[in-house]
Amino acid sequence: MSTDTAEHVDTHDEAHDHPSDRKYVQVAIILAIVTALEVATYWMESVPGEILIPVLMMMMIYKFFYVAAWFMHLKFDSPMFTKFFVAGLILATIVYGITLTVFEFWHKG
Amino acid sequence: MADVAAVSHGHGTGTGLSNNKLLMWTFLGSECLLFGGLISTYLIYRSRFGDGPAPGDIFDIPFTSVSSFVLLMSSLTMVLALSALQRGDIRNNRIWLLTTALLGSLFIGGQVYEFTTFLREGLGYTTSPFSSAFFTLTGFHGVHVSLGIVMLMSLLISSLRGTLTRERSETVEIVGLYWHFVDVVWIFIFTVIYLVPSPTS
Repeated sequence: MSTDTAEHVDTHDEAHDHPSDRKYVQVAIILAIVTALEVATYWMESVPGEILIPVLMMMMIYKFFYVAAWFMHLKFDSPMFTKFFVAGLILATIVYGITLTVFEFWHKG
Repeated sequence: MADVAAVSHGHGTGTGLSNNKLLMWTFLGSECLLFGGLISTYLIYRSRFGDGPAPGDIFDIPFTSVSSFVLLMSSLTMVLALSALQRGDIRNNRIWLLTTALLGSLFIGGQVYEFTTFLREGLGYTTSPFSSAFFTLTGFHGVHVSLGIVMLMSLLISSLRGTLTRERSETVEIVGLYWHFVDVVWIFIFTVIYLVPSPTS
């Protein structure tokens, strides 16, 4: 039984070649810097919304997928997990994109 | 015992994947629809504040930024807890699990403070469509964080009882997936609700 467990642990480690703690800290530092940049835009009152909003959206999407890839291990795990998650994301984007369009959200700005 | 662990890690399942992890990812995919609905409702109603306070007048961006940073860092401590257990380092696993739970509690404390401040300034749950949508969205997120803290404390108790071992690291990984998801939802909420310029009265 102990041999089985040992074999299992070895297989598990091979299947999930997760990054080191140092790499996780590096990822967190990058996320913190992007968050600081996001927050800094709050004091940039002279920047028009046409520029500010797309920039904020890009930083948000970057952080979203960076956390999913590194901390949630989608970068290393089976692509099947990514498909299940992205399917929900795409469905939500389509459904609520239509909802916002019906309520003329984009027109109102 | 080893067979049970093997099946839970995906060895011997029909897909070759862990059923528990697949279930969690499916659940998280469905959660995108829940939060998508709440965020869309907020966006539709954020300009309908009537005689009550407007979002642009009441949000405290510096305070919420600190809360957001705390939650973001809790994702780091969560992944360090998993990494420690996968190495068989039980002591550090406990330390990081406890740290994650404390950071989550700090975030919830900040949310309670924010809500009570808003109430004092005249923004109640039924003050306006904006306030209802805001409290529902951020309240639902707060409930998710609170449930995550309960899960983390359960893991810590399991660890102290000696039942959370390296062979059961997948349990921590699955709780971690839930925790990171709560974090990425907040990344979305923080930008769309707080940082994108809001209507003022």
